[in-house]
Amino acid sequence: MVPMTPRVLVVDDDTALAEMIGIVLRGEGITPSFCADGTGALAAFREGKPDLVLLDLMLPGVDGIEVCRRIRAESDVPIVMLTARSDTTDVVAGLESGADDYVPKPFKPKELVARVRARLRRSEDEVPETLRTGDLVIDVAGHSVTRGERQISLTPLEFDLLAALARKPWQVFTREVLLEQVWGYRHQADTRLVNVHVQRLRSKIEHDPEHPEIVLTVRGVGYRAGAVAPDAGPAPDGADPGSLQGPGAPGA
Amino acid sequence: MARGVPAGAPTGGRERHGRVPVVVRRAAGAAAQRWRRSLQLRVVGLTVVLCLLTMVVVGGFLADAIGERLFDARQEQAFGEAAEGAAAFQERLDQADVPTVVELQQFLNDNQEALASVGGGASRGFLLLRDPENTATSTVTGLASAGLTQELLPDELRVAVEDKPTQQSAPVALPTADGTEPGLAVGQRVDLALAGQYELYFVVDLRQEQSTLDAVQRVIAVGGLLLVLLIGGIVSVVTRVVVRPVRAAAGAASRLSAGELDQRLDVRGEDDLALLGRTFNEMASSLQRQITQLAELSRLQQRFVSDVSHELRTPLTTMRMAGEVLHEARDDLDPAARRSAELLMTQLDRFEALLADLLEMSRFDAGAAAVDTEVVDLGVLVRRVVEHAEPVADAQGVPVSAHVPELPVTAEVEAPRVERIVRNLVLNAVEHAEGRPVEVLLAGDEQAVAVLVRDHGVGLRPEDAERVFDRFWRADPARARTTGGSGLGLAISSEDAQLHGGRLEVVGRPGVGAAFRLLLPRVLGGPVGLAPLAMPDDLAPDVPPDDPTAPSVLVEGLPGVVLVPSAAGSPGAWGDAGAEAAADAIATASLPVVPPPVARRG
Repeated sequence: MVPMTPRVLVVDDDTALAEMIGIVLRGEGITPSFCADGTGALAAFREGKPDLVLLDLMLPGVDGIEVCRRIRAESDVPIVMLTARSDTTDVVAGLESGADDYVPKPFKPKELVARVRARLRRSEDEVPETLRTGDLVIDVAGHSVTRGERQISLTPLEFDLLAALARKPWQVFTREVLLEQVWGYRHQADTRLVNVHVQRLRSKIEHDPEHPEIVLTVRGVGYRAGAVAPDAGPAPDGADPGSLQGPGAPGA
Repeated sequence: MARGVPAGAPTGGRERHGRVPVVVRRAAGAAAQRWRRSLQLRVVGLTVVLCLLTMVVVGGFLADAIGERLFDARQEQAFGEAAEGAAAFQERLDQADVPTVVELQQFLNDNQEALASVGGGASRGFLLLRDPENTATSTVTGLASAGLTQELLPDELRVAVEDKPTQQSAPVALPTADGTEPGLAVGQRVDLALAGQYELYFVVDLRQEQSTLDAVQRVIAVGGLLLVLLIGGIVSVVTRVVVRPVRAAAGAASRLSAGELDQRLDVRGEDDLALLGRTFNEMASSLQRQITQLAELSRLQQRFVSDVSHELRTPLTTMRMAGEVLHEARDDLDPAARRSAELLMTQLDRFEALLADLLEMSRFDAGAAAVDTEVVDLGVLVRRVVEHAEPVADAQGVPVSAHVPELPVTAEVEAPRVERIVRNLVLNAVEHAEGRPVEVLLAGDEQAVAVLVRDHGVGLRPEDAERVFDRFWRADPARARTTGGSGLGLAISSEDAQLHGGRLEVVGRPGVGAAFRLLLPRVLGGPVGLAPLAMPDDLAPDVPPDDPTAPSVLVEGLPGVVLVPSAAGSPGAWGDAGAEAAADAIATASLPVVPPPVARRG
């Protein structure tokens, strides 16, 4: 659960900006810690155990994308990138290396706080709930996704994305709606966020990411969840079919 | 004789021109074009024609000369034989005893065979005719070989033989089974004693000579033709040697001008053509060097603009946050500091918008802008823009109305870009509406969709219209100080429209208003065709606006309006603009992407 005062690690080589971000975050009741280069970022992360990382993409030493990849390798903690270049390649590279969201410079304090809060917010309003989609079982309260006996590890954001889709399998979600529900954007935002994270999610949960069965693309509209697998459905990864026959149909 | 072969008499009827079949005319046209275009063809054609003429003249002369020589030789031979034959006949007659006409007649009959054989194989016989001036009383029947009559002999020959004691000759036409053949008659006088003067003609045919001459003529004709063809071939090869490098150079030059700067020619040898090739290559290299240099410079400059814009962002972010913190705390500050904090905020907004537009412009300049299209209902988009523009419009007291068809008007576009264009147009119109209404119209046909934004405000002069889409251009320097647009909004909008394969046009009249029309193809890369929406008539009375021949309207940028407050590149900036603009007359530069607004001071 989120502690009373969330901790945020700010990795940015511009000390003035880092300090200013610190001032704004403190004003919002968030405890910042700082790291000014990429080399020390991982150590600072391990030491501070932050609830969220604000990461500048352009850093001396190890660059932001690499830092992001390393943090992601050992933790699911939300990562929000700060980027001066909102060009496609930079943003997509950052998102693909594991960042959950990004804030383009120059940003307003409120924007930054909104993004940080949106990533910290999750897990506050959760009710016990079990969802099924495809051959996956999603335990919302327990933050776990299982295929048969096998647990699938998802980042919180990926989990939220999957849960949002699975909660209303009859509904087609536009990217804008997903941005609002999962990322907490109230305004128009970059739909690449959705595209990249859907790809990441698929690579973790689909049998064949090239031919997705769980997160389906609806051309020209958006995405929706695939049908719940029939009870005797194929289990190519050798999952115990018995577990699928249980009466544990989702309540929702 | 074959010389003097009658030239084919001109045919009576003249060919009628005019009704030439189309196919023939087309083929002739193609051939003429080929002729004009191909130097090689022209050189070969000219050479062949001239050689042919030469061959006809020379060949004719040769045939003539040979024919004459053959004839002369034969004539000489015929004279000899005839003289011999006649002398032998005369001698036999003189020695014979022919006291009576009957005996003379008998003698002649007996000698018929000997006379007929004079001339050898070519002999066609003889004719023995009484001299018309012969006054002897006795007469013998003129003798003649079969098939020969005295009508064969030309009168001139008879006269010549009668007049002169020497041998005379003349060509004659000998009848054969299928026409005539050339022959030669040699005549001389003989004395038939009591029968008086007679004329003895020997006739030989010239079949042998004629066939020799025919063969010679054939040889000359065939040889000449072969020679002409051979010369044509040689000329073709030779011209190709010259023309090929020239063609290669022409091809390389055209590819070079099409932008393939690495085109070079193969240069071999040291002749004139090699010189051409080398010079061409040097020119191409120099051209390539300069173009590459310019491109590199331009790239560096764009890169510089882009880098500057990016580098400015980090300090700007810090300033912005600091300003915001000050702004939040302004109630605790004294009035001067409070106002300063407010000014700082608004100007930071403006600075940010300018930076965003600058960056967007540098992206266009670098050719880095790309459209990411989807099928969008522009009706929804237009309504959204108008709705979002309301705070700003209300603050200026300008009613904005959207006239959108009931049915969806869809097109394959990148929604954020098109929304930015329409937003820029609407806000620009509001800016210059002078409190009068602004209308936004949407319509589509099969090929294109059009959004027309019309205001009834200050309008603009035709000469200004051409510059509306220029960067940082302001129609009225005096106004510029109170409005806060980046000056890049319409330039960016125009670039955006072109990126979609569409265009942005404007008409306007001072004091009447202005109308901007955005045309976008329904399918990306498709044609735009004629605009689905006509420009308002009252704005361009001089030329009908949709007359396709009127260049002024189709040219991008006509009579136009002016500056545009916009934040082309700042998503999320829609936010506070409305409230800001309403509150203080400083038009905020940052224009809206999305709805808003929690009023900052609320």
